[in-house]
Amino acid sequence: MLVGGTVVSAFSLLGEVLKPKSFAGLLSAAPSVALATIPLAAAANGREYVSIEARTMVLGALAFFVYAVAVSRMLIRWKWPVLPVTSLSLLLWFAGAFALWYALLGTAL
Amino acid sequence: MSVVTKIRIDPSGLGQSHWYEYLIRFIFGGVVTALAGIIAKHYGPSVGGLFLAFPAILPATATLLAKSEQEKKQSQVSESVQPSDGIIRGREVAGVDAAGAAMGTIGLAVFALILWKGLPQLSLGLVLPLATLAYFVTALSIWSLRETLWRRVREEFRKLSRPSGPNRHRS
Repeated sequence: MLVGGTVVSAFSLLGEVLKPKSFAGLLSAAPSVALATIPLAAAANGREYVSIEARTMVLGALAFFVYAVAVSRMLIRWKWPVLPVTSLSLLLWFAGAFALWYALLGTAL
Repeated sequence: MSVVTKIRIDPSGLGQSHWYEYLIRFIFGGVVTALAGIIAKHYGPSVGGLFLAFPAILPATATLLAKSEQEKKQSQVSESVQPSDGIIRGREVAGVDAAGAAMGTIGLAVFALILWKGLPQLSLGLVLPLATLAYFVTALSIWSLRETLWRRVREEFRKLSRPSGPNRHRS
């Protein structure tokens, strides 16, 4: 948890000092959680295990893309409040990630 | 590339945030990382892997960014700047940040792809730095490409909307 908090905060700080904002935003999708957990997971379970995690991480990243585009549109175009938009839209991420997982890998498991 | 030179480091951004904003991000990041590990342990690496690309930091960053922009704008309140302008400005800036994140997700997917394909054959010490580098290169390239294309489109539209030739003064 400490490692995760530190890595996420480090990327967040980097995003805060970089301009313009659209460039700094790139770091909101940095692999911070992965960088914090993967070395520990590899040490405990081996590289094959991490490779399986990485395979579905690709699907999670695609769902993140849908989430970020939707959030961006709702904030820039419709100017809806930030907290409800960013938090309720997480349902989009869940729906997208699990739909992709089920469609592509669900039957194989 | 000229677009890349526009990227700059502005340490003054650090002074605009409150200490508790850093604490929120630290706790948020820590909780999401711990949850990703717990989910992988209970449901296996296939489901756990999805959460390695969970939008862990975007909701907190966007909310704090909007609040900070709102405060900045409201400190300049005058006859021409209304308090509601700060709220709108805050939402727009948070939206721009999310648009940047959307471009970053392509880099995130490339990062995961390299780990997925590389780890069965190569060591983690080699694949992880390579994947991280690929994330930065991909995200930066997509951002640069988008900025360049967007600038060209705007210039084209400006040319089209400008009255041309000697006939423009005729009524």
